Amino acid sequence: MDTEGLLLSLELASGSGQGLGPDRRASLLTSLMLVKRDYRYDRVLFWGRILGLVSDYYIAQGLSEDQLAPRKTLYSLNCMEWSLLPPATEEMVAQTSVVKGRFMGDPSHEYEHTELQKVNDGEKVFEEEVVVQIKEETRLVSTIDQIDKAVSIMPRGALFKTPFGPTHVNRTFEGLSLSDAKKLSSYFHFREAIELKNKPLLEKADLDPSLDFMDSLEHDIPKGPSFQCIG
Amino acid sequence: MEEDSTFLKQEQENQERGKAGPPWEGKTAASPQSPEPESSEPLEAERGPETGPQPRSSPPWSPQSKVITSLGDPKGPGASSSPSPLQEPSPTPSPRALAAQDPAAPLQSDPTASATPEAGTLRSDPWEQSSDKRESAPHHSSQSEANTFQQSQQPGSPLCGSTDVSYSNSKQKELRFDTFQEEDSNSEHELGQPGPGASGAMPSVLETAVQNAKAYLLKTSTKSGLNLYDHLSTMLTKILDERPENAVDIIENISQDVKMAHFSKKLDTLQNEKEMLPTYEIAEKQKALFLQGHLEGVDQELEDEIAENSLPNVMESAFYFEQAGIGLGTDETYRIFLALKQLTDTHPIQRCRFWGKILGLEMNYIVAEVEFREGEDEEEVEEEDVAEERDNGESEADEDEEDELPKSFYKAPQAIPKEESRTGANKYVYFVCNEPGRSWVKLPSVTPAQIVIARKIKKFFTGQLDAPIMSYPPFPGNESNYLRAQIARISAGTHVSPLGFYQFGEEEGEEEEEVESGRDSFEENTDFEGIQVIDLVESLSNWVHHVQHILPQGRCNWFNPIQKNEEEEEEEDEEKEEEKGEEPEFIEQEVGPPLLTPVSEDSEIQNIPPWTTRLSSNLVPQYAIAVLRSNRWPGAYAFSNGKKFENLYIGWGHKYSPDNYTPPVPPAVHQEYPSGPEITEMDDPSVEEEQAFRAAQEAVVLAAEKNEETEEDEDEEDDYD
Repeated sequence: MDTEGLLLSLELASGSGQGLGPDRRASLLTSLMLVKRDYRYDRVLFWGRILGLVSDYYIAQGLSEDQLAPRKTLYSLNCMEWSLLPPATEEMVAQTSVVKGRFMGDPSHEYEHTELQKVNDGEKVFEEEVVVQIKEETRLVSTIDQIDKAVSIMPRGALFKTPFGPTHVNRTFEGLSLSDAKKLSSYFHFREAIELKNKPLLEKADLDPSLDFMDSLEHDIPKGPSFQCIG
Repeated sequence: MEEDSTFLKQEQENQERGKAGPPWEGKTAASPQSPEPESSEPLEAERGPETGPQPRSSPPWSPQSKVITSLGDPKGPGASSSPSPLQEPSPTPSPRALAAQDPAAPLQSDPTASATPEAGTLRSDPWEQSSDKRESAPHHSSQSEANTFQQSQQPGSPLCGSTDVSYSNSKQKELRFDTFQEEDSNSEHELGQPGPGASGAMPSVLETAVQNAKAYLLKTSTKSGLNLYDHLSTMLTKILDERPENAVDIIENISQDVKMAHFSKKLDTLQNEKEMLPTYEIAEKQKALFLQGHLEGVDQELEDEIAENSLPNVMESAFYFEQAGIGLGTDETYRIFLALKQLTDTHPIQRCRFWGKILGLEMNYIVAEVEFREGEDEEEVEEEDVAEERDNGESEADEDEEDELPKSFYKAPQAIPKEESRTGANKYVYFVCNEPGRSWVKLPSVTPAQIVIARKIKKFFTGQLDAPIMSYPPFPGNESNYLRAQIARISAGTHVSPLGFYQFGEEEGEEEEEVESGRDSFEENTDFEGIQVIDLVESLSNWVHHVQHILPQGRCNWFNPIQKNEEEEEEEDEEKEEEKGEEPEFIEQEVGPPLLTPVSEDSEIQNIPPWTTRLSSNLVPQYAIAVLRSNRWPGAYAFSNGKKFENLYIGWGHKYSPDNYTPPVPPAVHQEYPSGPEITEMDDPSVEEEQAFRAAQEAVVLAAEKNEETEEDEDEEDDYD
């Protein structure tokens, strides 16, 4: 949620039961403004909240001019002081896939995971149990990255791509019409296109290169739209 | 006429002044001739040099450089008046000639100026349309009308007058006049104006300037990929097509619309009717909610209402939950509040509580927990006990046939009867609706079998109460039953209250002996003094469950299935014991934690504590409330401010499990019949074996016969002798 429309977006998203207390909301508004100024981001988005056992993480992301460039992720425990998280790498994701259970809420907490590793000792090859320490921060980073890749979406027309490369927010976007809003094809994944290259040429011919440069939601599995019309 | 044209020119000038770029104005000054005030002003540089031919006194019309200004009106009268000035002294026409020449000059002398001709061609069409009056220069007139971006000038020269007008009106970009010039050149010849040759002089400076200006306008924006030239063209075309009132006042909006149109596809001109949006329907229904308060005899009824009000104060609980960041928005909560009021008004309800919201794929459920008044229980539709039928069906055997098929020894375990209403899992009745405003539907009571199977499956709710549940193990019922079962499980697992809020009734007596599952009734403790919020947060033992735990059997009060067997089917019992001895004679009683056990006794989920406690605000602890969040059922919350408390559930209705859901494996196939030698398959004997067998048999028979014969022989021999 953009900092500018934060309150309104929170109201609209309240149907799922998750919201923010008034103290959090107020502190978010203030602190995100400061983050935008200090880090010189073009837009600061409040990404959400990850529940932990001891305390919760509040996550924000900062975007630069080019909307599709990798985003910087920040986290905070009290909605006031934000710390930058390192960008996610593939090995982080692989490493943390073995950790299960809830987040602790303490960024320095370390999960222990015992692995059987083959150790070459001269000519002998035997397996040793190695205890691998995985930091919660790493797990946080990879979880956020996975969630983003899977479910971060954008309506069609909100961003457009210029021939020079950078993607911009479309200032004249006024929202989708009601009939368009019900179709899955009017929404895109907010990430670099993966499936777009595999589309047959016939389909590609119909696309508008300035607007249709991301994957649409049509081909996601499991299928099926789940639209709700909230009064 | 002249005055008119002058007037026009002046207008143009003013406009041009405002908009002309410096180079143009410079050029204007440069224009060699300026016999007439009119001509000199609009010169705007490019025109000047372009006009080239000295004789042409009229300064080149800058119109090209000018951006469009209001077109139309001035053109009209101007156009008509223009011819007149033409006839006047040459100076007047000269500008025209100049103008005429300009198009011609660039055309002939300068290929570079061709930019204009092209533009001109494009524009010439609209010009033609509009200028029917001008005989000589149809282009011109249309030009004047089409102006906007067109390069203005050029209006063919033949119509000096029209040119005049058109020039004034057409502050178009210089680019366009090229095409125009092509067409004009013909007319120019007709008019006998100084031939194109005259225009050869002085093309360079003015021309370059024109080129530059045009190039600047054609420059594409780094941000959006559009260029001003095209944008202005489109905009002016649009204005000319639509002819809005006071176009000058709304010019910025028009510009914005043109930009936006870039992003939307061209649609048909057919317009759709206004759709009946589903949002309208929902709004209609909700309107009814707000109007329900208008009853007759208001005063009396108000008092009654206030006296017997069983409606909970949903807004107050919502306020507390909001402090913790939980809850639906204020508007939705209020609508739910009104919907609950509608429920209590239409049904005889003793107590009502907003239980929570269960999210579904297509629609959500809003759940209300209700307790009917004594004796006003609504009759429930008796559902056929599916399990019992299965029971009977299994033991059917074809006894009529001569050959009895092997009987199945399987006997389904007897169905465990559901608990009576108002006790155990059916203590409360639940109503659901999809949206506040729709009608409330009562959920059926839950049976133990449903709870047992609900524990094994995990399905998302769709939002339709009659949707079937396809699962393994097969769920006995449809979505409304599954919903009810989940509600029962959630209530049993997560409804907590501060210690001491409820206490057991004082008439205990001999309950401990008879009631196996412990006490099952409680009442509010009127002497409850409240617990410090800090204590509530720090120690989980200050919270207790006030809903009975559901045993693995699916009930809260244990039901012993063996008893019934012994009473009703003694014979079968004996048979069973003899034949298989599968059913143990004695089933252990299932015991669960008794009512009002502290929450600290809850078991962990793989090292994760079952509850998380928080203070709602660390910044203002004196007014904070304690919030409890369940880790076992994500979405279940409870709050307390020391004296008051409330439970709520907002979620998908599933239990938390660190591993993904794996459906249970189907059980092993039962043995149909014991295998023995009679039915064990063997290979048929081969021919050799059969022969050998027969031979062996015959040998035996022969041997037996021989023995007999020998005996007989012996007897016979004895006789002979």
